[in-house]
Amino acid sequence: MNQVQIAGRIPLDDYAAVIGAGELDELRALAKPLHGRTVEMVNSTAVGGGVAEILNRFVPLAEELGLRIRWDVMTGGEDFFEVTKAFHNALHGSPYHPEPRHFDIFRAYTELNLHRLSLDSEFVVIHDPQPAALISARKQSPAHWIWRCHIDLSHPDRAVWEFLEPYISHYDGAIFSSPEFARQLSIPQYLFHPAIDPLSEKNRDLPPEFIADVLSRFHIDPLRPILTQISRFDRLKDPVGVIRAYQIVKRYFDCQLVLAGGSASDDPEGAEVLKEVRHAAAGDTDIKVLELPAWAPLEVNALQRASTIVIQKSLREGFGLTVSEALWKKKPVVASAVGGIPTQVIHKHTGLLAHSVEGTAYQIRFLLSHPEIATRLGERGHAHVKENFLITQKLKRYLTLFLMLARKQGT
Amino acid sequence: MNSAETRFEFFTVASLTRIGNLSAGTLAELLTGLEQCSDASIFHHTFQTLGTHHFLTEGFSNDFAQWVLADANRDALAEQLAALDIRDYPSIAALREGLCRVVRAFCEQRPEHARQSALERFYFCESVEVTVPFGFAAANLDEFRDGIVRISHASFFFHFISSRLRLQLRTNDFSHWLANGLGLMSLAENINRIDIYTNTLDSARAKLLRLLDRERRKHESSADSRPHSTR
Repeated sequence: MNQVQIAGRIPLDDYAAVIGAGELDELRALAKPLHGRTVEMVNSTAVGGGVAEILNRFVPLAEELGLRIRWDVMTGGEDFFEVTKAFHNALHGSPYHPEPRHFDIFRAYTELNLHRLSLDSEFVVIHDPQPAALISARKQSPAHWIWRCHIDLSHPDRAVWEFLEPYISHYDGAIFSSPEFARQLSIPQYLFHPAIDPLSEKNRDLPPEFIADVLSRFHIDPLRPILTQISRFDRLKDPVGVIRAYQIVKRYFDCQLVLAGGSASDDPEGAEVLKEVRHAAAGDTDIKVLELPAWAPLEVNALQRASTIVIQKSLREGFGLTVSEALWKKKPVVASAVGGIPTQVIHKHTGLLAHSVEGTAYQIRFLLSHPEIATRLGERGHAHVKENFLITQKLKRYLTLFLMLARKQGT
Repeated sequence: MNSAETRFEFFTVASLTRIGNLSAGTLAELLTGLEQCSDASIFHHTFQTLGTHHFLTEGFSNDFAQWVLADANRDALAEQLAALDIRDYPSIAALREGLCRVVRAFCEQRPEHARQSALERFYFCESVEVTVPFGFAAANLDEFRDGIVRISHASFFFHFISSRLRLQLRTNDFSHWLANGLGLMSLAENINRIDIYTNTLDSARAKLLRLLDRERRKHESSADSRPHSTR
């Protein structure tokens, strides 16, 4: 079976309390002309990763709005996923020397999936490079095919991009998360920001007792300021830089630092970074380095909600959706001006941006000295996320795209 | 209560952002982009961004001003760009010329600053809009008020702000209908005076509702004070 069956649906009406009844009416008005139209979402995994996480929420909501939507996952062997992982890294700009057999493997699994997947919907949305070549199924069909690229294509490996580009140019359009990630293409390119689900375990309101329990479990003092960065232990997230910024702040404020990320046990580079982080944190009991289980949404939620300031001091970033998660919780955010972060943190309006360790420390000190400004930034950040980065907005963008394509074709 | 011959139909608009091929890394390049980009791009970075950032009421009015402030680090120019009021421009061509005039003057006076690289590039995007009827309309003030309460932010923005371009007038859909459909000239003018830069969409809507309620009370009291006819 390629079709993903989704359990644990949240009814659309539940979102009225978050976004307002008018916004829900608007979604229904947009969906009305699309009632009964067929949509197929295709990606390469049903579990794990941001795409699967969002499709799990997105598909049932679209279905409730009257679309006949299905979510299919392409299948592949270990060899296929090794190749596509290498492609993924190469498209991100890592050096790579592809061999002809790598392209053969990619083509062979594409062919296999062309026979397995239905691909006969009126709107087909293909996520990321792995299933990109499935566009071959389109042939003379009047269906609309869209390629949703979740990765940064600004500096791709030339050989891999030259292999993929002819497939991409056959789509009706491509969607990117940021204008910087896009390429010069012959097809229209659209901007869809990634989104968070306000009712998911990672973002929904939590009882204060649960938050207190999480703090106590991790020996965090709720009475002193808590600075937090949630991210995997990766050099590009600069956890050691965060510790250095905290050490500057610590000269002025009696605060604590929480660095929380997924377990690094199965990631050799992550384990090495974690070692460096522990070394940098050695001797300071106010620095909590937390290795969370791979899936600990409630703990992440509680740590973000308990924070005085949330930090995202990345050196390079995709969109950096943890920033939206923090803003949704009305937290003041100090973050680096990289990738999609400035879209979320509008400097001095919805948070503060920094470009260095010293700058990060200064902005944190400023917010600790001016809690009223921190509160105002947090509130505006919440409004920004509500207006632009919620799953309901994502749903609206897809409905708009489908409507636009259908109207263009006169169907 | 007066009824209009033509009902006010509430629409909503959904827009997509299309990524363009132009970008700017300096103020000089920004000027070139402003001169060359499409009308849909000027609309996107001024009107559209005001809608998506309506909750910011201090110092944020368009993407150009924000980029000049945050990435090109030119506060005075940013201030001048932010001070441009889209309500003063009945067409995109006029708004484009207004933006170009400000940036051009700066580049001519400070050529050395015009060539300096900004922290991040500015990417010119466009708005692609799809409108759909909300499914309800108003023939009188009561029904109009109900509609205003029910509509989404995007619908309110569409009728109250971006309608100026459609009408090619310095007014909005609501005021236009109230004046021409119901003959309520003074109410229409008061609504048109609501400041979209110092209000969020929510607070602008609340002000509009207060004005409507005041008008309705006026009508009720004038109906009450009218002598009852006797047979």
